[in-house]
Formats: sequence, structure tokens, C-alpha cells
Amino acid sequence: MAAIEIENLTRIYQKYSAQHRFKTFKSAMIKGDFFKSLRSDEKVTALDNVSFKVERGTTFGVIGENGSGKSTLLKVVTGIAKPTSGRVDVKGKVSALIELGAGFHPEITGRENIYINGIMLGLSKKEINDKYEEMVKFAELEEFIDAPVKTYSSGMYMRLGFSIAINVNPDVLLVDEVLAVGDASFVPKCLDRIQDFRRRKKTILFVSHDLSTVEKICDRVAWLKAGQIQTIGEPRRVIDAYLQDVAEKKEGDFEKRQEEAVKEEEYEEGRRENRWGKREVEIKKVKMKGLDGKVKHVFSPQDGMLIEIEVNAYSPIKDFVFGVGIFNYQGVFCYGTNTFLEGFQPDSIKGKGKVVFRIECLNFVNGTYYLDVAVHKRNGYPYDYHRNLYSFLLSSKYKDDGIYRPEHSWEFSPEIKIKFSKGV
Amino acid sequence: MLQLIKKFKDLYKYRVLIQTLVNRELKARYRGTVLGFLWSFVNPMLLLIVYTLVFGFIIQPKVEDFSSSPWLYALFLFCGVLPWQVWFAASSLESANVLMTQGNLIKKMLFPTEILPIVVVTSNFIHFLLGVPVLLISVPLLGKAYTPYLLFLPLVMLVQYVFTLGFCFLVSALTVHFRDIKDILANVLTFWFFASPIIYPVTFENVQKHALLRLFMDLNPMTHIMWNYQNCVFYGEMIRWKRLGVTFLLSLVLLFIGYYVFDKLRDSFPEEV
Repeated sequence: MAAIEIENLTRIYQKYSAQHRFKTFKSAMIKGDFFKSLRSDEKVTALDNVSFKVERGTTFGVIGENGSGKSTLLKVVTGIAKPTSGRVDVKGKVSALIELGAGFHPEITGRENIYINGIMLGLSKKEINDKYEEMVKFAELEEFIDAPVKTYSSGMYMRLGFSIAINVNPDVLLVDEVLAVGDASFVPKCLDRIQDFRRRKKTILFVSHDLSTVEKICDRVAWLKAGQIQTIGEPRRVIDAYLQDVAEKKEGDFEKRQEEAVKEEEYEEGRRENRWGKREVEIKKVKMKGLDGKVKHVFSPQDGMLIEIEVNAYSPIKDFVFGVGIFNYQGVFCYGTNTFLEGFQPDSIKGKGKVVFRIECLNFVNGTYYLDVAVHKRNGYPYDYHRNLYSFLLSSKYKDDGIYRPEHSWEFSPEIKIKFSKGV
Repeated sequence: MLQLIKKFKDLYKYRVLIQTLVNRELKARYRGTVLGFLWSFVNPMLLLIVYTLVFGFIIQPKVEDFSSSPWLYALFLFCGVLPWQVWFAASSLESANVLMTQGNLIKKMLFPTEILPIVVVTSNFIHFLLGVPVLLISVPLLGKAYTPYLLFLPLVMLVQYVFTLGFCFLVSALTVHFRDIKDILANVLTFWFFASPIIYPVTFENVQKHALLRLFMDLNPMTHIMWNYQNCVFYGEMIRWKRLGVTFLLSLVLLFIGYYVFDKLRDSFPEEV
């Protein structure tokens, strides 16, 4: 049986224009368009014909970029916002973790706020009495419960809010990106609670940017893009499709930035902090490509890379070395080499030429990397040195840390019970 | 129409929530002060002392109603100012802001918005109630006797409650769209204060002389509410049943209209506050 049923749901936000904003009661009265001015002129479609069903006892994830309509969806399911058209049907008691501690009054104590917030969320006084100890204990606020809420840190505030909301014991739990402010010990506790909900066969609608959590706890995932459902299905598949889309977008951004950087280069001929040398041999162009030869700026750790360097020697040169260096975003020198170090003896170069540096497998961890490309003499005298002028992004689905990611695998003897969960 | 009445009836199931929120308002207001709840008594008491000093010693108005004792005018004034200032004006001004200050509740939770004006009116009503003992104590002190008509006081309060609630529904809902109402309201309230028989009695001869002014006074619902407060406490006379009855009906109509407008605009609140 479906616990949440959504059919052709459309939500249009009425955007009041700036002109309307400044319109006043007085002018509305004078013009006599009192009720007309309460209507709006501009419209924003936050949800566009969305339909899906969430079966009872399952956990349903919603992912998507900022502004894709996730929060609106939750608000409509909660009932805070009304659908412009379409149907929303939710069966059972709903509790929404949209903003924790939304109803707290700063001047009164945590204890009083528990009661007030609990009643706002639909608990009776008796129910709150029964659960009071547990709520306080879960929020780890035993010492501060009689202090005014205004003295709480944002973490304490959020813990108390979460603790109350989760103890409402709903049939359907709606969770919106609320775990972002919790600390390292509280977030797992919250996730435990949510897992506990799953075990008790309650329905959860989970909205988050934390894809690994989504993959771990959700049975099905929907990807929202600009108010429309792009895909619904098995988490791994949907998340991959989403990441693919994000990567493509990143690629576009990167290219644009790269182009801008080059333009800037031509613009400020005088400033040469990142480039020096007399350019007896000039580096004309540097391109990063995938092994398939296509220009690319976003790589995964398993990808290879071609760095193409186009050079031009204006007069014949006998002493030259090509070098490449890779730095991470902290400026740590990750790798560097040059033709001389690897045993190439220069003979001569004249006119245009092309050097390709081929990396079979990048094996770096997540992050942005910067490239040094240089042509210099064997003694180090630079012809043309480009310092950190080029960058590429390494986007990995793993959150491993460090600088270098060696090819590796894990093995366990049979007495160790461990499972490969698709999520990380 | 029937639907609206049904919705209004639903409010009954929120009574615990309303009660809790009123409690919260009262608690939060004096939290952190030394006198705490006593301020609800001290404030009206100080006001009364000021009136007594100014009108007992300095001004001493020469109007028939107050000529027997210099203290009488202070008592008369207090009869009207207390329900007006502490309850009606305070509720109106607060309700103009309440949807914005409690925006979090509207935007982030499934919350019955209509209880916010109710909480405002009720918590201010309780403040007013706390001031009533000060009024009652001052009756014999300032030279008037208790009369059985004091027992009708709750009736007048009921009429004022309905009227204030209707007005506050209207104000709170419209202010969301027209923020100017907040500033307009402050001025309207000042004008209204002087247009109602609070600092002068309805029977004042300059009022009764002009037919137009009389009509104007009669059309103002606050005239009848204030007059009846004064009847119960100051004059010790029977309530003007007809006037109070009509005002009550009018207040019900205002409440209905106020709730209707509030309900119409309700869906726009989460986006606009």
C-alpha cells in the first residue's frame, strides 16, 4: 500500500514583482485595485507535473541540485504549501524535519520549549511527559535544559529540535537536509534513529545532498531537475545519472573559466607572476585531454590524461628540457618530472612542435589540481615557465584522503564478517 | 459560509495549543525582569498614579460628572484607558506583526496560522485582566462605591473580545501584503482613541450638542464598549443593553469578515511573510 501518493503535482510560486512590492495599501485603495493587487503577475514553476508513489515501510530519497524543487516537494507533502494542481495523498501521522526548532522561543527554557514544540507537533501533554527524559537524553542537554534557548549553541538547538521531532513517532517521516549542522557524534546518532524507523517499517521521505547517505538508506530515489522528475529507481543508478549530469555541468563551467583565464592572460601582458622566461622557446598552447583525445577538465581517478603542449622555437635551440608538475589545491607538489630527468637528451628544436605527456592513470584523490608546464635549459634557465596556469578537477565517488591513490583492493579472511554495501 | 463556520469550530481542537502559546507569551514577556509578573500590576498602577496626580492636583476638569471630587476624573479616565491601551491597542499593534515575527512557524511547520491572532488577543486580554484588580481597588479609594453592576463587566469584556479578535484577524492578514498597515494603524489608533468616549464622557454637552457628532459617536462600536465599562465601574448604572447588543452583533459580523479574509489569504502567507 502506498503511504505517499503524488499525482501530477504542480506547484507554481507566484512571484510578486518589484513594482508590487512597493505598492502600498494607500495606493491600492486610491486606484481601487485592492484585490487585484493581491494577485501576482510573475510565476515560477517549482514543481512540474511530478508523480510518484512511496510504498508503506520504504525509504524514498529525493536528490537534485539547489533550487530543483526538493524542499517545495517536502512542503507540499507536509501540507505547508498547497499544490497548484494535482493530488497529494499522505496516509498516517506525518512529522517533518524541515527546520529543526522552528517553533522555539528564545527567551524560555529548553524544558518549556520541549512542551510547547511537542504540542505544536501534535503530541499530548501526557505523551510528552512520558518521552521527556528520553528527548533530553537523546539531545545530550541534561545540564542545559533549564537554561533559556537563546543561550544554546546552534548545535544544541538543532539537537533539541531533532530529538523532539523524532520522538513524535510518526507513520511518515519527512527529512530535509537537517543533519548538516550536527557534529561527528550526533549525526550518526540521528542516522541510527532514522535506520530504526526503517526497521519498524515506517515510511521515510529523505531529501539530501549527501549522496552516500541517500544511497545507504534509501530503497528508491528520485532525481529532480528544475521541478521535473528526471529518473526514479534504484539508488545507485539514479545517483550515477545525477553525478554524470553534475560532472557535465562542471565540465562546462571549467571550460568557461579556462577560457577566461586565457583571455586575461592576453589582456595583462605586463603582469607575469605566473609566467616567466624570455620565450626563446614559447609554449603556445596547453590542452588537457582524455586518453580518447577529447579535451576534458573533469577526470575520475581511473582516467588517464594527455597533456598536449604546443611550442614554438623562434631560433634553433640546442639545450632544452620539457617539464610538467602537478600541484593540489593546497599547493602541495604532487608530482613533477621532465624530459632530462627521464633520460632524454635534447638535440635541436626549431619552429613549431608538439609534446604530449601521457598519464595512463591519474590515481589522485578528489579535488582541484593545478599544472606547471615549462621549457627550460638543462641548468634551469627558463625559456617559458607556466606556473599553475592550468587546472583540472578530479571527481571521485570515493571520499578517500591523502594525495595519491594507489591501485588497491581489500581482502578479508572468512571469519571477518563484512559486507560491501553499494554506498560509501 | 457553513464551511467557514465549521473551520472556525475546528479551532476548538487547538485549544491546548492556544493555551500553551498564550502561556509562552506571558512567560516570555517578563522573563529576565526582576519584578516579573508583578509588572502587569505595577504598570497600570503607575499609570493610575500619574492620572491622579495630573488630574487631581493640576488640571481638575470642571465637568458635571466629576465635580464632586478632584479624584474622580482619574478614575473615569482609567476605566477607558485600561481596556483600550492594554488590551485593544496592544493587540492590534501586535497582530500587525505577528505573522511576520512568527514566520518560522508558518513557513517551516504545518501550523494552524489562525491561532496566532487568537493568541495575541488572548494574552493581551490576560494582561488586561491582571490590571482589573488595580481598577477595582481604586474605585473606593478615589471616591466611588462598588455597585452590583460590576457583575456585568465580563459581558462587556466578551463583546470587546469578539470585536478585537475580528479586527486583529483583518489586520494581521492584510499586513502581510501591505506592510504600510503597521504605520497607518498606529495613527488610526490615536485618532480612534480620541474619537471614542475615553477621555470625555458620551454625555459631555459639547458632544451631545451636534447631531452629526452624536451620529458619529453612535456609529463607533468602541463608543458603546467604553461607555458600558464606565457604566459598570464608574457610574454604577445598568448596562445599555440595546447598544451593547447591537455592538455584539456587529462584532460577530466583523469577526466573520476578518476570519473570511484571513482564510482567503492564508495560502499566500508561507511565501509572503
